[in-house]
Amino acid sequence: MPDLQSFLKTLISTSGLSGHEAPVRCLIEAAWQPLVDETAISRLGSLHGLKRGSGPEPRPGLLLAAHMDAIGMMVTGHSDGLLRVTEIGGLDPRVLPGQLVTVHGRQDFPGVVVQPPSHLLPPEVSGKTAPLETLLVDIGLLPEQATQEVQVGDLVSFAQPPIELSDDLLAGHSLDNRASVAAVTHCLELLQGRSLQWDLWAVASTQEEETLGGALTSAFALRPALAVAIDVTFGAGPGSPSHKTFPLGGGITLGWGPNIHPALFNAFKELAERLEIPYKLEAMPHHSGTDAYAMQVVAEGLPTMVVSIPLRYMHTPVEMVSLKDIRRAGRLLAEFAALLDDKFMEKLAW
Amino acid sequence: MMPDQELDTPAPPEIGEAQLALLERLCNACAVSGDEGEVRKIVLEEVRPHAGQVTVDALGNVLVSKTGQGEMIPRKSTAGQARLRVMLAAHMDEVGFMLTDDEGEGIFRFDTVGGLDAAQLVGKPVYIGKEHVPGVIGARPIHLTTRDELTQKITLESLRIDVGPGNGGKAHIGDRATFATQFARLGPSLLAKALDDRFGVASLITLVQQPPPNIDLLAAFTVQEEVGLRGARVAAYSFDPQVAFALDCTPANDLPPWETDEGRIENTRYNTRLGAGPAIYLADSSTLSDPRLARHLVQTAEALGIPYQLRQPGGGGTDAGAIHKQRLGIPSISLSVPGRYLHTAAGIARLDDWKNTFALIYHALSRLSPDLFALER
Repeated sequence: MPDLQSFLKTLISTSGLSGHEAPVRCLIEAAWQPLVDETAISRLGSLHGLKRGSGPEPRPGLLLAAHMDAIGMMVTGHSDGLLRVTEIGGLDPRVLPGQLVTVHGRQDFPGVVVQPPSHLLPPEVSGKTAPLETLLVDIGLLPEQATQEVQVGDLVSFAQPPIELSDDLLAGHSLDNRASVAAVTHCLELLQGRSLQWDLWAVASTQEEETLGGALTSAFALRPALAVAIDVTFGAGPGSPSHKTFPLGGGITLGWGPNIHPALFNAFKELAERLEIPYKLEAMPHHSGTDAYAMQVVAEGLPTMVVSIPLRYMHTPVEMVSLKDIRRAGRLLAEFAALLDDKFMEKLAW
Repeated sequence: MMPDQELDTPAPPEIGEAQLALLERLCNACAVSGDEGEVRKIVLEEVRPHAGQVTVDALGNVLVSKTGQGEMIPRKSTAGQARLRVMLAAHMDEVGFMLTDDEGEGIFRFDTVGGLDAAQLVGKPVYIGKEHVPGVIGARPIHLTTRDELTQKITLESLRIDVGPGNGGKAHIGDRATFATQFARLGPSLLAKALDDRFGVASLITLVQQPPPNIDLLAAFTVQEEVGLRGARVAAYSFDPQVAFALDCTPANDLPPWETDEGRIENTRYNTRLGAGPAIYLADSSTLSDPRLARHLVQTAEALGIPYQLRQPGGGGTDAGAIHKQRLGIPSISLSVPGRYLHTAAGIARLDDWKNTFALIYHALSRLSPDLFALER
C-alpha cells in the first residue's frame, strides 16, 4: 500500500455518495485484502474485512466501523441546459455557489454549482441565502446535450482536488469520513504479523450520512462483542465555537455519553494514557452523530465506543485533517484489538 | 464563415489548440490587481519575438507598438487611405484578495481586491503569493450552525484564509491571493477563474503575433482595471491613438429564472447570452461607445456572417471608460466574450464565442479606414 497521504488522497478522489459507495468500496477492498483473512460485502453494500483471532471458538469479535459514504447532491431536473439538484447528506447551501462538481451522467461531466442573480430568484429569498433548490449546476453543455446526457437521479460529487497544505495536513472534500477509513487501514497495517485472540472486523460502512443503515445491518450480521465507530469531529478553527471543537493535530477524541459504554470508554482512556497518545474527552450528551448510535441498539444491544479525528470545516469541500491524528487513531485501535483477551468482557460490568 | 472576397481582407489567424493552451496558462496564472507580474511575464515572453517596441511603463502596463504596412497617416488629419494608429487594450489583472492580518497558527484575515461577493468565497481553495502557497477559506460546519443562521448571508468579516496550523510562516500580511481553480474544458465550453480578462489578453497576444497589416497596432496589456481602470488611462496617454478598442469579457446573466405557480418570469436582465457571439458595447456605466465604431463592428459581423450580440446597455465598465476621455478624446468601443459567473472561482464561457469574437475584431481592424471618421460622431 502507498503511504498514508497518497492513500487518503486517492480515497477522497474516488466517488461514493451515500447509497452509492461501490467505487470507493472497491478501492478500500483492494487495500484491505492483503491485510485481512477475508472480505465480504453486506446486503446494504458495506465492506467487511475479517482478521481472524487465535482464541478458542466461539471467539468474540471487535467491530471497527468507519463510514465510507460521502455527502453530495442528486439531480432533480433540467432547466435550460442547467441542472437542479437536491442534497445527499447535510449541506449548507451557502457553501455551494462556485463549487466544482462531477455530474455522474452517461459519463462523468465536470461542472460548477452556481447561484442565479437575485432578480432571477424567488422574491422571498431577497436579501437572504439562496436555498439549495434555487441553485443550479452548469456542466457547460448545450441544453439538448444536457438533457440527453444527464437524467433525474444522477449523482453529483464534489470535485475539488485534494490540497496538500504540508506533509501533515490535507484539505479536500469527503475527508469526513475517508480520514477514518484511512485510520482503520493504518490499524490493520500495524497488526500485520501480530496475532489477536479476538476476531477483528474492519467495516467500511454505508449510508451513515443519511440513515446509519450500513453500520446497523453490519453489526447485526457480524454480532460483535464490542463495536467502535471511528469518525471525524469538529476541529478548532475560524468560525467554530472553541468549546465544541478540538485542535487539529492535537490528538484524537474519545466520546463520552449515552451512546458509549462507560467501561469501554475507560479502557480506551487508560490505553491512550499508557501509549501516550494525546486525547481529549468529547462530550456527546445525546445522539453521538456517528455509527455508534445505530450499532448500540442492534439485536440485544452492544457495548459501543466512539473514537474521533478532529477535522476543520466539516461538510465543506475544504475539510482539513492532520495525518498525525489519523495515525494516532489507527495505533490506538490496533493496540486495543491486541489487548482483548478472554477476560476482557468481564471488565465491562456496570 | 466565408472570407470577405470583396474587401480582400486577409484571413484571420484561427483560435486553435495553441491559443487554448495559451489561455489555459494565462487563466491558471495569479495576477491580482496591482500584482500582475505573473501574467506580465507570459505576455512579454509571447510578444517580444513579434514586436518592434515593447515597454513596461511606470504602473506595469505592457505597451507594444507594431507598425503596419502602407502609407503613414499624417498626425493631424483623418483623410486618405492611410494607416490608423489603433489602440487595443486587454487587462492583465484579476479580482482576488490581500492578506491584511496574521492571527497566528496559519489563520489570516483578508480583504477583497476588485468586485467580489463574499458569498462566492466560502469553502474555496486559494493560492497565496508568488509561490502559490495553498490555503482554504473555510466555513463553520453545518452541524454547529443554527437553522436561522443558515438563511443569513456570510460576511467577509467572518471569513479567514487558512494555510494550516504550523504553516503560518509560509504566508505574510500584504500577500495577494486568488482562487486556486484550474482551467478545464467542458464539451463546447471552458471553465476557469479569471476568464475576465485572460480572453482579452490571449486575443491581444494573438493579434500582436499576427496583426492585420493595414494599421499601426498599439497593444496595451493593462494593469489595475478591476480597481478603477488605472492602467488603461496612462497607457492611452502614452500611445495617443486615433481610435481604441477594449477587448474584455462581460457577464452572461442568461440563467433560467425561478418558476412560480403563475409561470415563468422573463429574464430581462441577461446582459449577454452564452453562444450568441461577441458582445458589442453601446453603453455601460463608464462609456458611451462611439456610434461609428459600433456601426462598423455590426456591419463587419453582418458582412462576414459572424454571429454577434449587442450587450444590454447598463452597468459595468471596461478600460474604454478611461481611454475615451484621455487627451483630446479618443473614439472608443469595447468588444467582449460573454462569460457566466465572472468574478467567482469558476467562470464558464463557450469556445465558439471566443473564436467569433477574435474573428470579428480581426476583420473589423482589417476593414478599418480613416474614412470611418470622415463622418461626424
